[in-house]
Formats: sequence, structure tokens, C-alpha cells
Amino acid sequence: MTAYLLKRLIIAALTLVLASMVVFAIMEVLPGDPARLMLGLNASADQVELLRNQMGLNAPLVLRYLHWAGGLLRLDFGRSYTYSVPVIDLVRERVAVSLPLALIALALSTIIAIPVGVFSASRQGRAGDTLAMGAAQLGVAVPNFWFALILIYLFAVWLHLVPAGGFPGWNAGIWPALKSLILPAVALALPQAAILGRVARSALIEVLNEDYIRTARAKGLPYRAVLWRHGLRNAMIPVLTILGLQFAFLLAGTIIIENVFYLPGLGRLIFQAITQRDLIVVESIVMLLVAAVILINLLVDFSYAIVDPRLRGRQ
Amino acid sequence: MTMRFDLPEETLAGVLAKAFSNRSFLIGLAITLLIVAVALISFVWTPYDVTRLVIADKTQAPSWVHWFGTDHFGRDILSMVMVGARNSIAVALVAVGIGMGIGVPLGGLAAARGGLADEALMRVNDLVFAFPALLSAIMITAIFGPGAVNAIIAIGIFNIPVFARVARAGALAIWTREFILAARAAGKGVTRISIEHILPNIATLLLVQGTIQFALGILAEAGLSYVGLGAQPPMPSWGRMLFDAQTRMVTAPWMAIFPGMAIVVTVLGLNLLGDGIADILDPKSRRRR
Amino acid sequence: MKLWKTILAAAALSLAAATSALAARTDLTLGIVLEPPHLDPTAGAAAAIGEVTYANVFEGLTRIDDNGQVQPGLAESWAVSDDGKVYTFKLHSGVKFHDGSAFSADDVKFSLDRARAKDSLNPQKQLFAHITDVTAVDPTIVKVTLDGPQGSFLYNMGQVAAVIVAKRSADGNKDKPIGTGPFKLDHWAKGSEITLVKNTEYWGTAAALDKATFRIVPDAAAAVPALLSGDIQAFANMPAQDALGQIQSDPRFSVVIGSTEGETILSINNKKPPFDKLAVRQALASAIDRSAIIAAASNGLGKPIGSHFSPGDAGYVDLTGVYPHDIAKAKEYLKEAGLENGFSATLKLPPVPYARDGGQVIQSQLKEIGVNLQIIPVEWAEWLSQVFTNKDYDLTIVSHVEPNDIDIYSRPGYYFQYDNPKFNDVIKALGTAVDKDKRLELLGEAQKILAHDVPAVYLFELPKIGVWDAKLQGMWTNWPIEADDLTKVKWTD
Repeated sequence: MTAYLLKRLIIAALTLVLASMVVFAIMEVLPGDPARLMLGLNASADQVELLRNQMGLNAPLVLRYLHWAGGLLRLDFGRSYTYSVPVIDLVRERVAVSLPLALIALALSTIIAIPVGVFSASRQGRAGDTLAMGAAQLGVAVPNFWFALILIYLFAVWLHLVPAGGFPGWNAGIWPALKSLILPAVALALPQAAILGRVARSALIEVLNEDYIRTARAKGLPYRAVLWRHGLRNAMIPVLTILGLQFAFLLAGTIIIENVFYLPGLGRLIFQAITQRDLIVVESIVMLLVAAVILINLLVDFSYAIVDPRLRGRQ
Repeated sequence: MTMRFDLPEETLAGVLAKAFSNRSFLIGLAITLLIVAVALISFVWTPYDVTRLVIADKTQAPSWVHWFGTDHFGRDILSMVMVGARNSIAVALVAVGIGMGIGVPLGGLAAARGGLADEALMRVNDLVFAFPALLSAIMITAIFGPGAVNAIIAIGIFNIPVFARVARAGALAIWTREFILAARAAGKGVTRISIEHILPNIATLLLVQGTIQFALGILAEAGLSYVGLGAQPPMPSWGRMLFDAQTRMVTAPWMAIFPGMAIVVTVLGLNLLGDGIADILDPKSRRRR
Repeated sequence: MKLWKTILAAAALSLAAATSALAARTDLTLGIVLEPPHLDPTAGAAAAIGEVTYANVFEGLTRIDDNGQVQPGLAESWAVSDDGKVYTFKLHSGVKFHDGSAFSADDVKFSLDRARAKDSLNPQKQLFAHITDVTAVDPTIVKVTLDGPQGSFLYNMGQVAAVIVAKRSADGNKDKPIGTGPFKLDHWAKGSEITLVKNTEYWGTAAALDKATFRIVPDAAAAVPALLSGDIQAFANMPAQDALGQIQSDPRFSVVIGSTEGETILSINNKKPPFDKLAVRQALASAIDRSAIIAAASNGLGKPIGSHFSPGDAGYVDLTGVYPHDIAKAKEYLKEAGLENGFSATLKLPPVPYARDGGQVIQSQLKEIGVNLQIIPVEWAEWLSQVFTNKDYDLTIVSHVEPNDIDIYSRPGYYFQYDNPKFNDVIKALGTAVDKDKRLELLGEAQKILAHDVPAVYLFELPKIGVWDAKLQGMWTNWPIEADDLTKVKWTD
């Protein structure tokens, strides 16, 4: 067991190091000069060169990589070229938007998906099941940014219930802040709920066909009790796996949605940083997201190993 | 979700009979054929020329003259949706091709050789999977510039590990079969066995994964085009049309509705088709669905 | 649903009535399209920096008003020597920076010397190029010596990049701007808004507003609902697109179309074949239809231009008729160049609506004379490195928003790759001309040379679409420089 965990950890660390090299290399070949961008049309070539030196852009490649990667290890992400504040401060502000958004979306998707999955599984093959799964098929097919546009049109432009975009900041109060996260969260949650609902249904059906469920029913336990108490609990593993994956996806997948709603979140920051060639910000956020994905995968792996020792041999 | 398949040991007639009684398959097939037909028709005929801008006719609501209305340049949206189908299908199809063409041999190789080759492949897979796909696609197009070809590459790269993983898992199961042992005993080499025996037996698995990735590819292309990184004008694309529509939701909602519906219908059709195929070829399907 | 809407509207109305019964408002939320990267106008070229800080947070020796005229700023008056080389500025006394430190002639000397220094990173360093010496005579007198008479010196000193900063706070201005203006920075929520509050220690006439918030609203999709719902009460330049008509017909809002210094042009790489041939450039100029481009890329609001000059500026000559839209004539020009079968070229478009939309129209128009354009969208960073710095382009669309910048066609190494000795002579004469009539004559001549020689195809002057609450007064109509000067803005009833 320990050996297995150790191996997974080493692999995760290696993946991180490789990823950091890939990210750095990508940023290196990205066309465009951040210094020229900051100084504009009227600046002379000498001025641009001067600023490049100041920004440390003219140091040798390997040195810059080591400097950056070394900083990461000490959790020092460097300073943003454009905002000239520490990257960590920027990230902290943005995570305060993206993380709640991802969490709300995840909660919404779970709240919708689990009951639908249970409902469908318990009425397998009947009209209700067909209808619910048809709706789920539709949900999977809807691009979330298009769904977001429709939501904006209905609830912001037409009904004026929520703002069409923007984020007032948590300082403006919990409710106004939450209000501006509702539509984006719904837009993110729907396709995820559709996927999760399908997984929950098939996992539950699989479990309900197991012998011990039949035994429980034979003992005269009511169907509902069997379904919720035994069935759902045992169907939780695949559901949780998907949830973990979805969380990682949501953290990064908010890029487009944050752009639709003008939310000052991580996704928007990274998009802006790419266009402004704020390379250090891009590198740091990508690494942060990659690390999050790796960590979640690691946790999923560990939980598998704990639940089902047979899996360890197969990895 | 993991999918388990047993070899299709039924007769062709049996499979066909199942196919024609499978609702998902039939609806999915009908939609997919419809979209492909629309895309093909657009090569020879569209109601209007999509490269011609008629500023005087801009943002007209749907009418008998323009069934889906016109966009901000006065182009006919129905025509653009038709031509856009071509673009979406092409991008998604080639991206699946890249994924299969590179991923399947890699996965097959890893399964056949095992050991270091297998380990290396899985580590590279880990690496690619660690990057959020959309983010990497944005970075790739930031380097090479936006455009349909680069969108294909960006989406295709992420299909490679998917197919490698599916092919590897499928192939590993087959390698333990008796008929493989027999083939080995007959002196056939690893490559030959992979091509002659393994590949046909994982083909259905790949087909199902292919339709899933195809649908995902259409969504990904729309997403990339939506942020301005996909096909470039004058070539219409569904995602781009949605981007143009976004700022005009108040004044011209039809600009958003029709291309969006096109994406939904296409992805829905492909997903139903994939589900249908899986149902038909999976002996356990009767129980699960 | 209808009923709901009515109830909500009624509730909103009664709320609005309740607030307006009180004293006139003293807060304002403005929408701006781009977020400034930082707030130091002496260290960055982004126009958004000036939009927020100019006249509000930072002030210069002179200031530019709504009509592009030079007004006194921190200098209450000035005198010019007879040879036009020495400017003596008399400064206001009792001026304080936001950190409480006193403003004096030393700060002026520091700011100008810093801007023109060898290691200066001022984005408009050329504004200070002719200064040879700055002397603080006493705390309220500054003497600036130039290397020769310079017609636009006072105007230059009123530019965004020429604002006066203090030595002790200069390095921190990006994040904590310390100026002398009537507003100071209160809070910057990165990615969403910047809030300024009234500077109660201001040396001049105090601002009417207590608080001004600049909220970042990147495009029409967000701007229109934000305006209609009252979240935002003013846009100095609104990304309104097709919704403008709807806003214009709404009595709650004033829509004021003003002028800018933004010449929107189809830039041509003049050294790259076939564009080195005059006939090819003439063909392009004749093939494009400005009215269709303006309709699609500028809401029909942009003013057509025939040369690189703003119709709002003194000395403007209408040259839009030099090459009228004429497909047959355009084809003749192509034939003259030996390209009757047309040719292919690339069109690089930066990420702004006027370029991306206008580009598609131009692509469609040039197709009619057999010129096939391949559109290549680029980010600003790529545009700057590929097009502007490396001159790796055929055609591009961009708006040159710098004021009075007709001289760019004479700058060696500028991305147009245009070199016309006759034009250069005119610009040289203009640099030293101080007499007003002589200047206007030279400016007219320069415009005509460009109009006929087509180093770029001149499309339209970018309009400023001012939209604000009808009860708001004092917003700028025009944009001689990109600034949202709030010093005279107030609510009325």
C-alpha cells in the first residue's frame, strides 16, 4: 500500500515538473513582445529594449526557467508584467470568484442530477425514465455558452431579475455578489448535471442488480429504503469520481463562461493575460490549474485503492 | 464511464434486426445523415451567397425571404448555418482522425509490448490529461494563430490520449484470449497479430468512442470559434456566429438561436447514434437500458 | 410573465422616485471598455490609463479641453521668449499631492527630466525630445528651454503622458497613483472596477461628484443591459452597436455623438509588391465604398475621411472625393499596374470591432475587383510585433488615435514603409513653423499629398458615442485626447 502511494506521488511530481517545462516552452514561442505592448506605438526600439532588460526578459532561457520554477517551489509566483503586482495577489482575488462559482455549479449539478438519476433508475424503461434521459441527452448537447446567452436574454434583459454580467465584489455584500453568480453557475451546471445524471442512473442500475440488493428486497425491506439506503450509497463511487473530474473541469472550464458574463475570475484573467502577453501570469495560473487536476486525480486514485485493493496491482 | 464489450458473436442479420428496433440508433442516424446531407448540399447550393455582404439588409428578423433572418452584415443565416455544418463536421472529423490515427497505434503498441513502452505512454497520457483541454487549445491557437487548421490540431491533440487509452484497454483484454495464443503459436509477429486480430476486435469500441469524440469535437470547435480562435471569415462557423450574436442578443436574438440549435441538434444526433451503437453491440444492453 | 414585468417595473420606478426626492446625487458609475493595466500615465501607452486618471487624478502644466484647446493647468500662466525657445511657467501655489506633500517647481523639473531621460520609459518620449533644459527658478517659476521653436509645445505639455508626478511617489504610481487632481484613488477591484473619491484638499474648484466609479464593461452585450438597468449612468464612448437606436429613443438618456482623433485607415505596406505601385494603391482606394464600411463598422456614425486628418481639427481639408467609389475605374488602375487578373494579399486585423467588422466588408468589396484578401486576426501583442515592429504584413486596419499625428508618414522606419521626400519636407517645415496661417497651409498641403499618393486608404474618423443619463451634465462631447474629465460633471434635477 505505502509503496503504491509512494509511486503515485512520484509520478504526480514528475508530471508536474514536465508540465512546468511544457508551459514554459509554450510561453517562450508565443509571438508578441510584452514590453512593446506596454509602451505602445510611439516608444522607440531603445526604450523597448530597456524595459525588456528591466523585466528580465533578456536573461538566458534556462536561467529564467530555473528562476521561475524555483519561485514556484517557494510559492513565489513572481510579479505580473501588466498589473505590476504580485501574481499571487491577482490569483487570490480571482480565485475568490472562480472557486465559489465552481462550487455553486457543482452543488447545483449534484442537486439536480442525483434525484433525476435515482428517479430514472427506479423507473427503468418506463416513460419517466425515457423522458428524463432524453432531457439529459439534450443537456449534454447544449454548449454552455449558448445556454448562457439564452439565460442572459431571459433573466437579465427581459425580466431584469439578475445582472447581465459583471461582479460587484464580495465587499458589496453577499447577496449582490451571489446574485451575479447565479446565471453563470446555472449555465455551467446544466451540462454537468446531464452527464452526472446519466452516470448516477447507470451506476444505480448496476448496483440494484447486485445480489445483496436482491437479498435485501427479499427480506421484505421497502423498495424506497433499499434504493436510497443501499443502492445510492454503493453507487456513490463512480458518481464521486465523475464529480472530482467535473470539479477540475469546472475550475478551468469557466474560461468561456467568465468571458460571457464578464466575471473577474481566473479564466478571464488567463485569457486577458494571454492577449496582453503577461507571460508570468499565464504560466503561474496554468501551473496552478494543472496542479489542481493532478491533485484531484491523485485523490481519486487513492480513494480507489482504499476501496478496492485489487486495483492496486493493475495500475 | 467504462464500457465493457464482448465480441459480437451474433450474425449480421441479428445485429441489423437489433439496430432497426433501437430508437436511439434510428433517431441518431437520421439526424446525423440529415446534417451530413445539409453540409453536402451547401457545396452546390445555398439560398444566398454567404461571402457577399449586403449591409442594407442587416439584422432582419426571420421572414419568408430569409427563413432564419440575416446577420449584422446582411448575410442569410440559413445559408450560413448550412455552410457552417461543413466546417463543424470537417474540423471534428479530422480531429477524430488525428486522434485515432496516432492514438490507436500508440495504445496498441503499449498493450502489445507492455513494460517501458506502456509506462512511457501512460505517463505522457497523464501529462496531456493534466492540462485543461480548452486552455491548451487556446494556448496552441495563440501560438500558431487562429484558424480552422489550428483548431483541428488543437482538438486533435486531445483526442490522441483518449483513443490511446481506449485502444490499450481494449487490446489488453483481447491479448489474453485463446485465439491470440493460437496465433502466436502459429508464429505470427506482434505487429501482425495486432493488425489482423486485435484491431478488428476493438473496432466497435473505437467506433463508439469515435462518435463520442466527434460530438465533443463539434462542441470544442464551437467553443474555440466562439472565443475567436476557430475558422476565420468569410468561412462561416457556428461558434463564430454565436460570438457575433452575443453583443446583439437584445436587437437580433435570431442570430444566436439558429446556430445554437444547429449545434445542439448535431451533438444530440451524434450522441444518440453512439449510444445506439453501444446498445446494439453490447450484450448487456438489454439489462442496462 | 407580463404581470411580473409590470410589477417589477413599478417597484423600480417607485424606488427611483424615492431617491430623486432627496438632494442631487453625488455619485457616478461610468462604463469603460478596457481595464487599464495600471494607473501611471507616464509609464504605459494604454489609452485606458488616461481615461481614468487624466484631469481627475493627475494634472499637467497645461490641460486640453473638450474642444482640443490648450488651457492653464498646474501653470496658471506662461510667457514665451521672442525666439520661441524659452517657456517660463508661473505655477499655482498651495497645490498639494494626494499624499499631503506640497507641489512645487521641483516636481515639474523632476517629471520633465524623468520623461526625457536616457532611460525613460515614457510611452510618448518624443513629446519631450526638444527640451534641452528645465530649471526651477523658484518654487512657483519653472523655465523650460527648447532646442528651437516648437509650434505644439504647450499642446504637448497638456498630453496624458506629460502629467506632473512627485519624486517620492513616482515609482508607486502604477498601483497607488499620487497626483494633484480633484479626485484620488479609493479602491481598485482588479478586473471589475476602479473607484475615485473627491480630493477635499484640492487646490482649484472642487469637483461636484463625491465618488466616481469606472466599471469595466467590455462590449455591447454587457453595456446595453447595464445602462438600461441603471447600473451604469454614463459611457464616454459606448460600445452600443445595433442597440443605439433603442437608446436614442429612450428619453432617460442623452446620446451625444462627438469626434475623436482616431483616423481609421486601411494601412498599406508601401514597400511590399505590388503595393509599391501607385496604381495598385489607387485601385484599392477606388474599390472601397466608405459608406458601407461606416455602416457596418461604425454604426453609420463615423465621418468619412480622405486623408490622415480629423475633420474636427483646424486646417482640415475634405479630400474624400479624390478617389470616389468606382469599380470600373479601380479595374483600370489594376490593368495599368499589369494586374488585371487581380492578386491575393493578407489583411491582418487587430481585436477591435471596427477592424474585425470593417475588414470583412473590405474583403467583400475588394473581391469585386479580383483582389482576394485572406483575413488573419491578430491580438494586439502580435499586431505590435508582426505589423508595427517587423512590418510583416500586406494590409491592416487600425485607428490612429494619437492627436495631430500626420507626421507619422515621415517617420523613418514607421510601419507604413512610406518614404516621400516631398512630404517629409512639408512636415519638416511644419515642425518649426509657429505662425498659425503658415501652419494651416502646410497641414493642408500634407493632407493633399497623402490623399493623392494613398500610402494608406483613409476610411473614417472614429466617432465618440457619448451616452449618459439625461440628468447628467458636464461630460465631454469630443475626445481630442482620450480622457473622461469629470471635474465639471454634476447631476441636475
